[in-house]
Amino acid sequence: MVNQHNTAPAAVPDFYHVETKRHGIWAWILSTDHKRIGLLYFATMMFFFAIAVLLGFLMRLEMLAPGKTIMEPQTYNTFFTLHGIIMIFLFIIPGLPAVFGNFMMPLMIGAKDVFFPRLNLLSWWLFLSGGLTVLVSVFLPGGPADTGWTFYVPYSVRTTTNVLPALVGAFLLGFSSILTGLNFVTTIHRMRAPGMSWFKMPLFIWAIYSTAWIQILATPIIGITLVLVLVERLFGLGIFDPTLGGDPVLYQHLFWIYSHPAVYIMILPGLGVASEILPVFARRTIFGYKFIAFSSLAIAFFGSLVWAHHMFTVGMSNTGMFVFSFLTFLVSIPSAIKVFNWIATLYKGSIVLEVPMLFILSMIIQFSIGGFTGLILGALAVNIHVTDTYFVVGHFHYVMFGGTGFALFAAMHYWFPKMFGRMYAKKPAVLSWLLATIGFNMLYFPFFFLGYLGMPRRYYDYLPEYQTYHIVATVGSWILVAGLVIMVSNLLVAIRRGTRAPSNPWGGRTLEWTVASPPPLENFLADPVVTTGPYDYSEFERVITEGK
Amino acid sequence: MTTHATTAPSVSHVHRDDVGSRMGMWLFLFTELILFGGMFIVYAVYRFRHPAEFHLAAGELDVFVGTVNTIILLTSSLTVAMSITAIQGGRKHLTLALVGMTIMLAVAFLVNKYFEWGHKFEIGLYPQSPELLARPNGEILYFGLYYMMTGVHALHVLIGMVVLAVMMVSISRDTITKDSYVRLESGALYWHLVDIIWIFLFPLFYLLH
Amino acid sequence: MVGQHHDEPGHGGHVISYGRYILIWFGLLALTGTTVALAGIDLGRWIIITALTIASIKSLLVLNIFMHLQFEARVFRVFVTVAALTLTIFIVLTFFDYAFY
Repeated sequence: MVNQHNTAPAAVPDFYHVETKRHGIWAWILSTDHKRIGLLYFATMMFFFAIAVLLGFLMRLEMLAPGKTIMEPQTYNTFFTLHGIIMIFLFIIPGLPAVFGNFMMPLMIGAKDVFFPRLNLLSWWLFLSGGLTVLVSVFLPGGPADTGWTFYVPYSVRTTTNVLPALVGAFLLGFSSILTGLNFVTTIHRMRAPGMSWFKMPLFIWAIYSTAWIQILATPIIGITLVLVLVERLFGLGIFDPTLGGDPVLYQHLFWIYSHPAVYIMILPGLGVASEILPVFARRTIFGYKFIAFSSLAIAFFGSLVWAHHMFTVGMSNTGMFVFSFLTFLVSIPSAIKVFNWIATLYKGSIVLEVPMLFILSMIIQFSIGGFTGLILGALAVNIHVTDTYFVVGHFHYVMFGGTGFALFAAMHYWFPKMFGRMYAKKPAVLSWLLATIGFNMLYFPFFFLGYLGMPRRYYDYLPEYQTYHIVATVGSWILVAGLVIMVSNLLVAIRRGTRAPSNPWGGRTLEWTVASPPPLENFLADPVVTTGPYDYSEFERVITEGK
Repeated sequence: MTTHATTAPSVSHVHRDDVGSRMGMWLFLFTELILFGGMFIVYAVYRFRHPAEFHLAAGELDVFVGTVNTIILLTSSLTVAMSITAIQGGRKHLTLALVGMTIMLAVAFLVNKYFEWGHKFEIGLYPQSPELLARPNGEILYFGLYYMMTGVHALHVLIGMVVLAVMMVSISRDTITKDSYVRLESGALYWHLVDIIWIFLFPLFYLLH
Repeated sequence: MVGQHHDEPGHGGHVISYGRYILIWFGLLALTGTTVALAGIDLGRWIIITALTIASIKSLLVLNIFMHLQFEARVFRVFVTVAALTLTIFIVLTFFDYAFY
């Protein structure tokens, strides 16, 4: 029970209204306050997200019918390349860590900022520069890259499209991610409030911590790999050129050594958000705290061992394939542990279906579907059949969008009052959830059928027998986009016109709910001292067990 | 969780945390390790596939120059390490001299590199050169890796020099002192990593035969 | 910053003498000489293990003494081990593809 609020007396301004040295936009884009930086990321990310959603929307329009519908084949290739690059490098990877890790993590551990605030600002500038570099590549002569976001050699070395700026942009984004990871690990080790031992930390922090390690240890591999492609394009060293002895499969190994752990960068924070939201809206302590905490570390570790499951059909050794398939099955175990613990948390809880909870419930089911289909893909024999088909596209959209994306929407609705000091209207938010969930599943579930029936991914044209599924999916995309538009509009309106939020509208037990909404500049007026775990709902549980 | 109002000092009191500062630099060094690690993976695979050709190509490298460069970098690590002892003892001028020596040694390393590469260019062993393309694939890969890895390493030597130069400015302006020298420690850590990378590059490229 | 860590001027201000550093430097030079000498002998496929072992010993000296790893809090050594292990795993797993059929 929180018996002492750190809420500011009227005299202490919130961080929006504090006196700053600089004014206007400079007070934002040169700020080293983790809260402002988190919001900067939020704004820029949503801008990139909107572009990528539009690209996806147009792609689905094209796929309504076989042959040309609204665009040329080359355009379609650049669309799915850009859609992938933007969604992955500019939205999902920075995503939760950059926005909510930045804004919430220091609050949740009782700190007044991250350890390296100026490095934090640099991270955002690198993010912005990388994103703009990628967008610029669209308009330079030669057109945007058409290699797919995976930049496979030898095509990425030979194509005359603007691969160079795309590579440079991705490199800058990787650097941004590395600095964020480094900052977060240092902060979590050195700046926790007195009394907050490792096992009293909120589970979101465990998730962010595990993610940060992947950011530090995996990202440099993609950094050097992209540089190698760049150098290959410019100087022809031969490292990936088969005519000079280079091995294109080696490129794939290097690419996926990062890009597989990257998907855990994407999902772990989302799983952490679920672990935060479920106890609050079930009024129960999380079930199996230590299992969930360690499962985050386990996912980070095992997830670094499985990358070649993206390469089962390229000609690897049988031994390699067996090893990677086996390891792929192993990584599902810690993920499953989380799902079991979440369900156990809900059991006999006092469930409150507020909007964050709705999004998390969708997320858990969708993540599970994504996870199961991942196991299907991990089985060697089945993989031969469904690899590089729509089955894969369905799988990763279920985990990345249905999982992380929905967790992001949940986090937005959960922490919105804290970030903006306002409450949003519930009905439009529920409607947006409903449309998003229905639309999402209508869009992506057919992809499993399409893939199983043999429809390859990244194909512009297709056989008439696939058309029904494509039509269902495209209609689903309209419903989904409608839901997203309502969601974003509702929140934007609430920023201006929502009712003022109290410091703890949801009855949360973690430290961010002990400060005002929005928080003052330095977060806490007095250093918090922590004595219990983060999900102490024991008073509710006593009521339940004593049958009152 | 339960929180209490405390008698702890208000949050505006700024603590210095040198351990945390060094932790941040170590984490950054890991990223550099993995960055080079990616290239070591490529090297390992191609050497595994073309052992004889790697062996042959390595014959073009001058072991003496490589050894001299190794000694130069090891000595530069010594001087920058000693600079920490010097600042801890409050000996500002000795500190400056030692950091300065480190930079000079780095310059010597780069000069050697310049002549090494220059010589290879002269005898026609550069990427896409007719002489190189006439050789077997394993040798082409060896030289591709040679230029890539020593090139990226040399870039880091350059960055390290800049970092150390900035340290020298700070030392002379007394923003790095006997009581506050974690920045010099961090700069030195970076330098030592540059040395460690070379410790591995040297035998892998020069000592194959 | 809020935290339970007080001002720590270095690792308890641990000072390593110039003499100790110079001793380590001699060790590094000796190991360099050894590795160069061994390269002249035909060790066949053992040359790579030998070279990497000597390089690793040199690195450990630089890490522990020059970089003060031996005198830092234990968590630093855990970190270094995790990083080194990660790179090792990347290389080993890649070779499951290349070294087998």
